[in-house]
Amino acid sequence: MITIRVQTEDFQLAAEMAALTAGRGDVGGIGCFIGVVRDNPAHPLAALSLEHYPGMTEQAMTAIATEAARRWDLVGCTLLHRVGRLPVGANIVLVLAAAPHRQAALDATGFLIDWLKTKAPFWKQEFFADGSSRWIEARAADDDAASRWQ
Amino acid sequence: MVHVLYFAWLRERAGQAEEHLALPPGVATVGALAAWLQGRDAAGAAVFGDLAVIRAAVNQGFAAPDTPVKDGDEIAFFPPVTGG
Repeated sequence: MITIRVQTEDFQLAAEMAALTAGRGDVGGIGCFIGVVRDNPAHPLAALSLEHYPGMTEQAMTAIATEAARRWDLVGCTLLHRVGRLPVGANIVLVLAAAPHRQAALDATGFLIDWLKTKAPFWKQEFFADGSSRWIEARAADDDAASRWQ
Repeated sequence: MVHVLYFAWLRERAGQAEEHLALPPGVATVGALAAWLQGRDAAGAAVFGDLAVIRAAVNQGFAAPDTPVKDGDEIAFFPPVTGG
């Protein structure tokens, strides 16, 4: 089962894990990644704002999840991404990958977050405590991480 | 007509999130449309000042500068993505 959601509200990890594995006896492990809004000690952050391209986002996330299911033996995966204004410490993204065996669950989780960062149309803007703001620029390191999976 | 969308700082510089326009004569690719918009007015020059940092999608799929565009398409311009 593939679950894709873009939402403003927070997500509940236990509920999402339960939904992913409900009625399944063939899950041996679940990989999990949660991305969180990180403060910047050198330039204190007030909030992070996330914008996306409705419609294309869901298509891109579905394509990424489908690619993971093609590459690994998965029971299912969940991709949830929040949008809107998020304070320091808030959850941004949840990736879950359930599989019969741990290596597939862990590898698929890494793949899903690496591709989500580089192949889904989301943009982050930082709002600082001093009132200034800036759009976060794409990092070459993220492209390198995504290209590990080519 | 084509439906043009702008996201993130491109939207801010464009002063609008979207617009509908008739494809100018001779404009048949994403790159040609970006170049035409760049020369259209001051906002276009601000948005498309550095074409190397701009990404695009046609009908909600990632596109390259040589991707064809035609009447009725939805064409989006945005910076490299930074989600996750």
